[in-house]
Amino acid sequence: MIKNISNLGDAALYCDFGNEVNKEINSKVIRYFKSIQKQNIDGINNLTPSYNKLIISFDLRKKNFQDIKKLIENLDIINEDKIKSNKIKIPVCCDENFCLDINRLEEKLKITRDKIYEKFFGKEFFCYMTGFIAGMPFLGDLDNELRAKRLETPRVKVPKGSVGLTEQFANIYTFESPGGWNIIGNTPIIIFDSSKENNPNLVNPGDEVIFEQITRDQYNNYNE
Amino acid sequence: MSKNYFEIKRAGINTTFQDRGRNNLYHIGIPFSGAMDDRNFKISNKLVGNEINFPVIEFAYQGPCLKYFGDNINFAITGDVKFVIKKNDKIIEGNCYQSFTLQNEDKLDIISTNKSVYGYLAISGEFNLEYQWSSCSTNTKANIGANKGKKIEVSQKLYISKINKDLSDKKLNYINTRIENIRVIKGTNFDYFSEEGKNIFFEKEFVVSKLSDRMGMRLEGPKIENIIDTNIKSEGLIKGVIQVPADGNPIIMLSDHGTIGGYPKIGVVISADYDKLVQMTPGSKIKFKEVELDSAETLFKLYELETQNLISQI
Repeated sequence: MIKNISNLGDAALYCDFGNEVNKEINSKVIRYFKSIQKQNIDGINNLTPSYNKLIISFDLRKKNFQDIKKLIENLDIINEDKIKSNKIKIPVCCDENFCLDINRLEEKLKITRDKIYEKFFGKEFFCYMTGFIAGMPFLGDLDNELRAKRLETPRVKVPKGSVGLTEQFANIYTFESPGGWNIIGNTPIIIFDSSKENNPNLVNPGDEVIFEQITRDQYNNYNE
Repeated sequence: MSKNYFEIKRAGINTTFQDRGRNNLYHIGIPFSGAMDDRNFKISNKLVGNEINFPVIEFAYQGPCLKYFGDNINFAITGDVKFVIKKNDKIIEGNCYQSFTLQNEDKLDIISTNKSVYGYLAISGEFNLEYQWSSCSTNTKANIGANKGKKIEVSQKLYISKINKDLSDKKLNYINTRIENIRVIKGTNFDYFSEEGKNIFFEKEFVVSKLSDRMGMRLEGPKIENIIDTNIKSEGLIKGVIQVPADGNPIIMLSDHGTIGGYPKIGVVISADYDKLVQMTPGSKIKFKEVELDSAETLFKLYELETQNLISQI
C-alpha cells in the first residue's frame, strides 16, 4: 500500500502513499498510523500522518533507517472496518464579531453568506490529520463553491476557536496563533485540552465532524 | 512550600525549564521540545550529581539573575557563558563546566552567552515542577510544560523540592567548538530546485537571520530557485528539516517546530550536527555539506560516544 519508503534525514522514514489528497489514500495512511501505534515499537519516537504521507521518526541511538524500514514492510495492517472513528458535532457562531473574512469570501467566491453557510453547516467532514499547532484538525472536503485561497497577508493573531476555510479544507484554531485561513465563525467548545493527557484532542484523524450553527446567545451560554 | 528557592531578579531573554522533551505527540500537533543543545544539557546535570535527563533552566543570549534563599546548594553552568556569583560585597567570576556552591542570599548573575545562543543552569537537586506527558519541557507556543507553559518571569520564585546530599566539587575540561560546515542529507523534495539552486545550496554561504528562535532558524543568502512548485501538500516535519518557501530563503526546523508544513524540503541536518547548529548566533555564516545516510549514522555514533566519554569524565 505504501508506494515508496525513503529516508528523511538520518532519523526518520518517509512513507509515500501517493500525491493526491483524497479520503481513500488518507484512510490507508491512518490505517498504517494506527497499526504502528498499536505495536508500541521500542525506538520509534513519533508518527506523523498527513494527507498522503506518514513520517516515522526514531531514536538513532536505538534503531536505524534499515531496522525501521524492515519492521514497517513486514507489519500486519489492521483492516479498515476495525478502525474506530468518532462522530463529533461542533457548534459554530457566525456573529459579526466572529466571521472575520465572510465579506472577503462573498467577494472572492461570488456567492452570498447565506449560501456559504448553507453549504457548510450540516455537511459531514472527514478529519485527514491534526497538527501544525496542537490539536488543529484538517477537515475535508469543502463543497467546490467554497474553495478559496489563504489570505494574501496572514493575520498575526487569529482568535482561539476560530473556524477557517482554505481550498478543500476547514479547520479550527485550537489556541490564538498566527494564520491565514478565511475565518467564518467561532466555536465555544475546547478542541485541544492539554490537561487531558490521554486524549487532549477532541478530533482525531479518521473522525467525522458536523458543524452546527448557533446564535450569539447560545454561544454565550454554552456549557460543555 | 519549600524553604529553598530562587527569586528571579532579571528573567533574561528566553529562560525556560527544559529536559529531554516529549515523544509520541507529533500526530496531535505537539512538538518534541526539550533542551536545544542536548550535550550541554546532559553535562550540566552530571556536574551537579543529577541523572542526566533532569529538568534544567535553559537561557538564550542574556541569562537570568537569581537570588538564592535556603540551605547550601551546588549549581553548574554549561555552554559558552559569562556569569558571576555575588556574595555580600564579594564578586566571584564563574567558569562554565565547574560546580559552585550557593549560600543563603547569594546572587547568581548569568550575564550573557559568548558567541553562542543557549546555556544551561543545573542545580544539585530538583525544582518543584509540573510534568506534562512525562516531561517538564516548556513549550511557550502551546503553553505546555513546567511554569504553566510560560517563560520564567521577573519576581517569580522557583521552589526547590529536594537538595542532593552530595555537594562535592565537580569539573570538566571542555571547550565548545564552533563549526561553519553543517552536514545535511538531501531532502525529499531536492529535485524541486533548479540545478543552479542546488549548487547554491551546497556551495554558497548563508547567514543566520535574527528571526530565529526555538521553533526555527531562518537563513539569508543567495536565493534558491524552485522550478516545480513552491508548495507541497502539507506533511510531517522533524527537527533539522530545511524548508525553502517561495522567497527562496531556507528555514531550518528546530525543537519547537510546527509538526506539519507545506514547503518543499531541500535537506535535513544530520543528527550529529544538531547541537552545534542551534548554537549559531544571528550573523553567523553557514555552509552546507552533503553526506550520505550511512556516513550520517556513523557520525552520530561517534558524536554520542564523545558525549558519553565527556559525561564519564565527570
